[in-house]
Amino acid sequence: MEKRIIIFSGHYGSGKTNIAVNFATDLKKRHDKVAVADLDIVNPYFRTKDSLDLFEREGIRLICSEYANSNVDIPALPQDIYAVTDDTTYKMVVDVGGDDRGALALGRLTPKIIAENDYEMLLVINCYRPLTPNASSTVEVAREIESACKIKFTGIVNNSNLGDLTCEEDVLSSLSYAQEISSLMKIPVKYTTVKSDLYKSLSGKIENLYPLNLQKKI
Amino acid sequence: MANKVLMKGNEAIAEAAIKAGCKHYFGYPITPQTEIAAYMAKKMPKIGGTFLQAESEIAAINMVYGVSSAGYRVMTSSSSPGISLKSEGLSYLAGADLPAVVINVQRGGPGLGDIQPSQSDYFQATRGGGHGDFHMIVLAPGSVQEMASLTVKGFELADKYRMTAMILADGTMGQMMEPVELDFDVAPAPEKPWATNGTKMQRKHNITNSLSLVPEELEKFNFARYERYKLIEETEALCEEYLMDDAEIAVTAYGIASRVTKNAVDEARKMGIKVGLIRPITVWPFPKAPYEKAAEKVNHIITVELSMGQMIEDVMLATKCKVPVTLCNRAGGMIPSVEQVLEEIKKYAKRGE
Repeated sequence: MEKRIIIFSGHYGSGKTNIAVNFATDLKKRHDKVAVADLDIVNPYFRTKDSLDLFEREGIRLICSEYANSNVDIPALPQDIYAVTDDTTYKMVVDVGGDDRGALALGRLTPKIIAENDYEMLLVINCYRPLTPNASSTVEVAREIESACKIKFTGIVNNSNLGDLTCEEDVLSSLSYAQEISSLMKIPVKYTTVKSDLYKSLSGKIENLYPLNLQKKI
Repeated sequence: MANKVLMKGNEAIAEAAIKAGCKHYFGYPITPQTEIAAYMAKKMPKIGGTFLQAESEIAAINMVYGVSSAGYRVMTSSSSPGISLKSEGLSYLAGADLPAVVINVQRGGPGLGDIQPSQSDYFQATRGGGHGDFHMIVLAPGSVQEMASLTVKGFELADKYRMTAMILADGTMGQMMEPVELDFDVAPAPEKPWATNGTKMQRKHNITNSLSLVPEELEKFNFARYERYKLIEETEALCEEYLMDDAEIAVTAYGIASRVTKNAVDEARKMGIKVGLIRPITVWPFPKAPYEKAAEKVNHIITVELSMGQMIEDVMLATKCKVPVTLCNRAGGMIPSVEQVLEEIKKYAKRGE
């Protein structure tokens, strides 16, 4: 059964925002009421609000700081942040800021999330990022996040990629890395994400393969 | 792709600096370059180096002065308003002939401006960056890979000529992610007999200082410095030329603007327009030769800039105004689109017919 709240967290630059946007548009195909909550108070450069047009077109609610992409340069949380836990009619996708500092903002919702007990807390990983090149460094980041927001991860999203230049081999050779983290943390690899042009050639070779159709480009 | 990592431009600069033997970093956070400091904060303690978040940009640049005096490779980084604060220190470094690497990940200005990418600190960087007669070597990366490789080069040039090398990047270059290879050959730092690292009772005291109250002496220092600058202008200018061989129109841009421009050149070529790109990799020294060559054969030069037109003055000087030079730009943190540049190319292609 699909959980009501899906939280994406991980090292900064691991691909959380992109995955959150993809998951939300996918959920909207199956559910009437879907919302994305942007709790990123760390990086003002890349935000879910960049995808506002898409959300409006798809009818996805965006819970986001009033001040995102505005002149007010402060690390503000959304004014309707409590809708994440209080409006249970919505399927919620939560995009948490990078690292333990980003995860602190999630902490204030933790008691209600735990009490409702209908959530997934997914760790987004990429072995091609410089500060998470192996299982032990990635688990270290994951533990810091858990202790900042006081929620344990329940699964892993293996988003190992090299951007546009990612090839099949790059994805295949990341599987053992994801598996090692899985056994260290005793949580399953829920998805392996790939850009959509690799999906066809890799499907069948990888369990729970998930195509990312929307890529943010500069 | 086994040796590649997916890095932000800012991370690539930080990692390259460490690879180049920089074990001392001083900074103060400012968007869009904060990842450099964050990366250094994580890495420096693990390699026995120094990461110090100073109380201000001014403090940070003066710490750079101190470490450089002691003979070590050292770096600071900031973004436009922060670089203005550092400008006193940049002038002192020049006056004391100290090597340093300074990163400017430019954002929109003037004043506090915004946090989006910009190239409006070109004048500030290429005309010295502070009071007094001096120059910095200014390197302008056009990819995340170059953010890394030019940082290494910056350390080498800084030591070679005993001056500041600045990496002039912008918010997009700092934030965008691309695969990078980090296996460089780094030339070891040269001997620094001038360093204030202790006499060991075997030599006279070394002094690093930019105060020189006897005017004849100060003039002598300035003349000597400009002899060095002349040598740098003759030997260190770097530039990429793209499809310039048969070009009738030249477009020129550096950094993020050159990437948009390259795409526009490719589009224009598909339409049969003979257009090429000149991309300066050093903006001081400015690579004059390719412009002198272009001035003899193209009908028109377009500079594409994220500013109100700054590099355009160097292009006019290099071409001695032999051909018309016009500006295609956005300001305030906006990036010209491929379409905007293409329209501009088409405009002058028609006139040429």
